Formats: sequence, structure tokens, C-alpha cells
Amino acid sequence: MKLPGLKLPGLPKPDARDKARRNGARPAGNRPRGRTPFNLRGRLTLVCGTLALCSVALLARALDLQVIDKEFYQQQGAARFLREIPIATSRGMITDRNGEPLAVSSPVESIWANPQELLKSQARLPQLADALGMDRDELQRRLSQRAGKEFVYLKRRINPDEAKAILALEIPGVASQREYRRFYPQGEAVAHVLGFTNVDDRGQEGLELAFDDWLRGTPGAKRVIRDRRGRIVENVDLVRAAQPGRDLALSIDRRIQYLAHRELRTAINETGASSGSAVVLDVATGEVLAMVNLPTFNPNAVGTSPRDAHRNRAVTDLLEPGSTMKPLTVAAGLEAGVIRNDSLFNTHPGWIPNGRYRTTDTHNYGVLDTTGVIRKSSNIGAAMIAKRLSDAQFDAFMRRLGYGKVTGSGFPGEAAGLFPTPDRWSGTTKQTMSYGYGLNATPLQIAVAYAALGNGGLLHQPSFVKGQHAPARRVLDPNIAKDVLHMMQTVTEPGGTATQAAIPGYHVAGKTGTSRKASAGGYSRRYIGYFAGLVPVDKPRFSMVVAVNDPDPSRKGYYGGLVSAPVFRNVMEGALRLMDVSPDNLDAWLAAQAEAEAKRLKASGHALPAEAAATVAAPATGAVP
Amino acid sequence: MNRYVILAVLVIANVATALLVVRDRHQHRLAFFALTKLEKARDELNIEFGRLQLEQATWAESNRVDQVARARLGMVFPRTEDIVVLRR
Repeated sequence: MKLPGLKLPGLPKPDARDKARRNGARPAGNRPRGRTPFNLRGRLTLVCGTLALCSVALLARALDLQVIDKEFYQQQGAARFLREIPIATSRGMITDRNGEPLAVSSPVESIWANPQELLKSQARLPQLADALGMDRDELQRRLSQRAGKEFVYLKRRINPDEAKAILALEIPGVASQREYRRFYPQGEAVAHVLGFTNVDDRGQEGLELAFDDWLRGTPGAKRVIRDRRGRIVENVDLVRAAQPGRDLALSIDRRIQYLAHRELRTAINETGASSGSAVVLDVATGEVLAMVNLPTFNPNAVGTSPRDAHRNRAVTDLLEPGSTMKPLTVAAGLEAGVIRNDSLFNTHPGWIPNGRYRTTDTHNYGVLDTTGVIRKSSNIGAAMIAKRLSDAQFDAFMRRLGYGKVTGSGFPGEAAGLFPTPDRWSGTTKQTMSYGYGLNATPLQIAVAYAALGNGGLLHQPSFVKGQHAPARRVLDPNIAKDVLHMMQTVTEPGGTATQAAIPGYHVAGKTGTSRKASAGGYSRRYIGYFAGLVPVDKPRFSMVVAVNDPDPSRKGYYGGLVSAPVFRNVMEGALRLMDVSPDNLDAWLAAQAEAEAKRLKASGHALPAEAAATVAAPATGAVP
Repeated sequence: MNRYVILAVLVIANVATALLVVRDRHQHRLAFFALTKLEKARDELNIEFGRLQLEQATWAESNRVDQVARARLGMVFPRTEDIVVLRR
């Protein structure tokens, strides 16, 4: 393009008209001028050109900002004001099988401050310290130490109402932040099963850990515009909706759990034992109705308890099952056909050799039948049965019942137990294992095996979640299971080893166990007292195992029948009532009632007590089918 | 002539849709604001519910019920002889 001004300098042709005009403008005469002629066009052109160049530069810059580097600048701008902030979400609730809350997340507030801002308003610090319940000097010190920082917690996890009161003071630089805290209203009774969470509300132990993914919500995100001081000016967009954690209904029954906890605690206190566990299973489904351990801890203040107390002993601790193995040995013998219900065993003289060692009974029981072996808990009887079984038969049977294998309950840290394979057995191993030594099992494993006996030979994988169970596996012929159950019933009847486990109105099948604890170089004079049982015998509902570890022999003794059986009776009596299980032994109940009635009438001095007793007893006897 | 008509129509359409975008964006913000408010209200209610459940569970704690029943109300567990069995 040709600028018009450019050709002006090349046109210095003064024509006549031009001259005349100039002369007209200067009437004072033709004065000579010494300077170069004034070039208006040239100057205008220069100014316009410069301005044009400027605007071109501006345009170019604008183009650069708006089009070429647009992305970069927009990002930078957004980074300063647009923020994606997380939407906090709460952890799901854990309830028992009846919907009673066992673990609830509740919001709490944490008060924090920006020291840089807060230190500017020194005058208000005393007021803040009072509101926080802090020492004034201490607050001052804490802020001064972090004067260069922008964030300091003043008080964590406090009641929202309290936080609101502090914020209402409107002290600059003080703000609150919502956090969630887990509360366990049932306290220590359910502590081991539930486990606990850490400061970030993540599961650390127990079912809180096992079901962390299920319980934990996914925090959402939203985009907001914030001003320079970080206040939210506008909610722009929802990036991700928060996904609150899902609730979890456990198979635990709070009432049975509490009952078991209370009774176990009483037993531990009375016997001076160091620890103990109890497990209650629903026979028909394998659901865990209660699982308690002692010592326990307060899950609402985890830090204050020793780590040792955090362990869920019922699934993590390996114990020698002792005589609780005997019914299983008998079942194995019956299944293999090497013994019959009426087989006889001569246990005279109360011991038999076992390699270099001896297998002994506490007394010389003489000749026992199969039932007698269980009723009297004869080690020799069990050893004789095992002798007739091949290694492979014994091994396969116990493995089928879940020994030496994790039960699959999904509890974190569950132990598999120790059940060596036959190639590692020595000459004495099978005989020793037949009465429960030389192998290890958790109380839960014993409860599962017993539940299979009570369930007609169908073994259920134990489960902690209500309504969630895998199909049962047949491990034993139903008839054999029933026979063994009836043999175990004699244990709690007069003449058995656990008369203290008898429950009025119900037939109880059970087995005591007293195992000496292995220690370096042999077995020590320390014991574990067991009771494992099933009620009611007619159609078992519950399978329960009680293990009392290291009772003080000088107090109440150490036999399972003395230390553990009462726990079993008290818990099962309550559980049967709570679950509305109808009695299967009404006659005994009616007889006891008649007896008590007679006693009462006698005591109150009614005429002819004998006659009164007879009339009361009459309907009872008449009711006997 | 024809080209100008098309151009005019396109320009008008352009302006109209631009205005619609503005309106929709505004409505989106209003709706999002309402949503946030409702969600906040929902969360508050949930939180309140959780707190009440917690409170209820604390009052209904087995140990406490046990002690109140025994100590304050003087209740006892019925002994076997206190239970009357009825047969139909």
C-alpha cells in the first residue's frame, strides 16, 4: 500500500495560486524565511503511522493473549480462583442383626486458625483462649511458634455446638473444618469384632478393616469460585456427587453378645484366668451371633489400651483343642465303620502306651462303651478309636471338618490353625491328636465343626454378615451326626463331666475339654478350660465354644466342666429365651417346677404338705407322653 | 440479495442462541445452588438422625439397662421355679 503522504515531499512545485494565497496571508511583504518549509502532511503521517503501529502491537498482543496463549492464561486464572474442593462424606453405619447401631460416624468440628491473620488481632487472643478452654500463654506460644505458617489446629474433634460458639466470636483467622468420628455405643462388649478406625476414619482392625471398602464413602468434588481470602463466592459446578458409605448389618445379636461378654467376664474374674474367648454360631446358617474376648478394650478410646487387648482371640489365637476333639474322633470312627455305638473299650488300668509315652485317664474307668468314652472323656477310649483308623482316614475327616484351614469368615488376621499332614506325623501323633493334643485350632474352628455336627453333617462357612452365607457342604452322614449328638448329651446329664452346663427344659449336647498348655520343653501346669456344646439337642439352634485360658487352679479348679460350662449354661439359657426356642425337655422342667411348688407349700406351712405336693405333681406326671 | 437474507438469519440465530446459552447457564447456577442447599439440609438431617441414634444406643446400652433394671427398678431374673409351663 502506498501511503499518500509519501509522495508529498516529492511535490515541491509551488504554483501561482499557491503563491498568491501565501502572499495574501502575509500582507507584511515578502520576508525571506530561513527554515525548511513546514511539512504538515509528513508529520501527520508520522503520528498516524506511529499510532497505527501501536494499535497493531496492541492487537497483536490481544491476539496473543486471547487466541494463541489463551489456554495457558485461562488455566492460570482458574488456578487462582476456581477451586475443586472435596465434599466430605460419612462412613456407613454398622448395625447388629436387629438394626441396633454398633458403630456410628458422627460429625465433629476441628477448630483451626491462620496464625498470620490471627496474630494481627492480639487483643482478642485472651477471649479465644477462654472459649477454647486453653491456657492464654499456651495459645500465644503455639501461635508464635507457627507465626510463619498458614494453618494450625487449635482444637480437634469437638462437639459441633461448641465449635459454633467459638466461631460466633468472629475472630479473624479462626475457622472450623468438619471431620467425622466413629462412635461405638456398645463399647467394649463388641470391640474385637468391630475393630476400630484411625483418625482419617479408615478401618484399622476387625470388621471395620475387612469391610472398609463397603463402609467407606467416596468423597465427591465440586467446583467453586473463591476470593483471595479463601471464602467461597459461588458454587459453580458439581464434579462428582459424594457417595456416602453403605451400612452393614452384622450377624451379631447385641443381646447375646452382651450376655456372653458379661458371663465370660464373671467367669474370668472368678477363676482368675488371664484371658478367655466365647463364640456363638447359628447352627442353621453358620452366622456368628456372638464373639467375645477378654481382656477387651474401649473402642471409643483405643489409644489408652494395651495392644495385646486388641486381638480377637477367638479367631487369631491357636489353642490345643483338648478333649473337644473326642466327639469328632468318635464320628470319624463311626463313619469309617471301625466302631459302632455299642462298641466296648477296656480302658483298664487307666493308661496305655503311646510310643515312649503314655496316654492316661484321670481315673480308671474300666470298660466303657462309645457313649462312655465321650461322657467320661476318656483319652484311652479316643486313642483306641484312632488306632483303628488309618492315618489317611483320620487326616481326611478332620480336614473336612475345617481343622488346619481358615474358616473363610473373612475376619482380618484369622489363623488357619495347625494340623500337620500325615507325612509329618511321628508314630504317636495320631493317637495324641485323637484327644486334642499335637494340633492347634481357633475357638471359631471348633464352633464351626460342632455346628456341622448339630446341622446333620452340613458344614456352613461362618459369616459375620447377616443373610450372607455360602451353600453348606456335607461333611458327615446325618445319622452319625445325630448319634454323636446324643452321646454328647450324656456329658451334661448326671454322671457326665459337665453337669453344670445343663439347662432346665432343654437337652444340651456338649463336651468339656481341659488342655495343658504347651511350653518350652513339654506341657506346663497351666491349662485351658473348654466347653463346646449345642442346644437344643432335638434341633440344634446354637453352637457355642467357651475357652478360658490359664485359670488359677487354686480358686475354682481348671477343668472345662468347672470354669467354662457355667458360662455356656448362662449364655445359652438367655439366648434360647431371647430367640424363642421352645424347650425340648419339658418334662424335666415340669418336674422341677412341681418339686419347687411342693417345697414352697411346705415352707409356707400349708396343711398336709405331702398331699399338696402330690396334687401338684399329678398334672406333671400326667403330661408325660 | 439472497445471501444477505441468509447472513441476517444466521446473525440473528447466533445472537439468539448466545442469549439462550446465557439464560441456561444462569438457570444451571440457580439449580445448582438449590441442589446444594437441599443437599446440605439432607446432610444436616442425616447427621441429626445419626446423633439421635447414637444417643438412643447409648441410653439403651445393655450394661446400663442391666444395672438400672437390677439396682433402680429392683428387677430379678425369674428362676426356673418361678416359670409356669402351660401345656395345650
